Amino acid sequence: MSQLKAETQINGKRQRKRWITPKNVPYLFILPALTFFMIFTVYPVISSLLLSFQKREGGEYVFAGLSNYARLFQDELFFKALGNTFLILLIQVPIQLFLAVVIAVALNSQMVKLKGFFRVSFFMPAITALVASSIIFMIMLDENYGLVNYLLSFFGIEPIAWLSDPFWAKVALMVAITWRWTGYNMVIFLAGLQNIPGSLYEAAEMDGAGKLRQFFYITVPQLKPIFLFTFVLSTIGTLQLFDEPYILTEGGPNNSTLTITLYLYQHGFKYFDFGYASAIAYILVLIIGVLSWGQMKLAGEND
Amino acid sequence: MKKNNTLKKISLYVFLVIGVILSVFPFYWMFVGATNPSGEIFSVPPNFLPGDYGWENFKNLNENIGIIRVMGNSLFITLTFTALSTIVCTAAGYAFAKFSFKGRNPIFFLLLVAIMIPYHVTLIPLFEIFAKVDWLNTFQAVILPQIAYPFAIFLMRQNMQAIPDSLLEAARVDGAGEFHIFFRMVLPVMRPALAAVAIFLFMFQWNNFIWPLVVLQSQDMYTLPVALSSLVGMSRIDYGQVMMGTTLSTLPIMIFFLLLQRQFISGILGGSVKE
Repeated sequence: MSQLKAETQINGKRQRKRWITPKNVPYLFILPALTFFMIFTVYPVISSLLLSFQKREGGEYVFAGLSNYARLFQDELFFKALGNTFLILLIQVPIQLFLAVVIAVALNSQMVKLKGFFRVSFFMPAITALVASSIIFMIMLDENYGLVNYLLSFFGIEPIAWLSDPFWAKVALMVAITWRWTGYNMVIFLAGLQNIPGSLYEAAEMDGAGKLRQFFYITVPQLKPIFLFTFVLSTIGTLQLFDEPYILTEGGPNNSTLTITLYLYQHGFKYFDFGYASAIAYILVLIIGVLSWGQMKLAGEND
Repeated sequence: MKKNNTLKKISLYVFLVIGVILSVFPFYWMFVGATNPSGEIFSVPPNFLPGDYGWENFKNLNENIGIIRVMGNSLFITLTFTALSTIVCTAAGYAFAKFSFKGRNPIFFLLLVAIMIPYHVTLIPLFEIFAKVDWLNTFQAVILPQIAYPFAIFLMRQNMQAIPDSLLEAARVDGAGEFHIFFRMVLPVMRPALAAVAIFLFMFQWNNFIWPLVVLQSQDMYTLPVALSSLVGMSRIDYGQVMMGTTLSTLPIMIFFLLLQRQFISGILGGSVKE
């Protein structure tokens, strides 16, 4: 006690004795987050891994080794879901990023005024709930009475079975996703473009390089980190695709729009096969892990 | 040369205007559908003008799925979640950015790993946890799981690193308590980052679908996205009501967005774009 008093006198200020010190205070600050994180993220992630090695027998979960995974490798529907998801990834993501870059470059042009208006308009779809945007597309793409088929009829195009034909259902899904996410990515590219020093273009201009050459030799390389960033984001998003196919097609017709997470949901909460659903979830973790690792390596080589 | 430029300018504008129409038209179509009777939206040729049937659609929708209650549920869940999560993640971000303590790096690494893990992996164990404590079909079951949102913690940490240590030290020498420093000094200067993170968290929860779909089981507890999906799943779909429902889920956000464009864009992009 007397020591404390002495210290206060040395400081020359009146101080209460503090229970909270700079040494213990960081623990107080992370404690709430850490508690929630442990209970609702770390525990479920581990528990789900253990569940993937279990099977229900007579109301009890028992250890079943790798049998869930073995079953997955024989499950044609799982491979179909995997195939659908990767098809969307390989076709939709490049189209969406390409559109986003083109719009961003156009918008970044000095000739364009009202930049703020255009930016906000293009970004608008990104504020809608995926459920809401999927519903709007479901209605616009109705085979018999939908607006899209009505407009196409002016060009002499026969009504397209957007949601009931296996091929067109995939296209419809990709259209809805592209509408929702292009503006989002465009704004990221636009910010990247604005960070490219204008002197680079001036120098190229003096050397007589045309606009197209400037685009491929300055813009594209300068945007590389942003391409990578948006590509990683879109990849992770696509691998987790759920809301849109759930609303638009419920995975149909004939499972042509079944995705990995939709299949996970069906096994988990329709058939209540928690072990099998957890195995699907862990394959998803594995895929995302491998792809992220690959993409990060790619980024590392570029640096 | 000059003529060439005008041509370029015109084609540029044509391209951008077509893009804007494609981006914005579905919203307009939604309003048209919401203010007309169900059959109208599918008439040939289609009716392209808003009607005066909006109030009827709203009343029917309320009778059908209790839309007023549903909006109240969504609002309560989203606001409670946003407030709790913002403060919890900000406090953690502050600790990671401005203190060195034992276990800081391993815990932070764990958070970074968690950002990469899809949240679908946790659905089944979460369902089991809430079933065990008999909290299925409750608001807390929707609110609690994502409060420690790893990405939000990460963002706050990045932003907090800009605060000079000397400022905090000076306050300590002056005898300010740690909580005083956090609430009275750190939070006020972090206002733009707080707004961005709060918007990010708000949008996440307002649009959250798969977990509420799993855990909410009765109509009186539904959030907007779950109620909308149940509407589409009905055997006879009333499109006027459906469009009114999507309008009610989109319009409030759209108004906020138009008022606070900059904050909204940087919020939704999670601070990946610096304004």
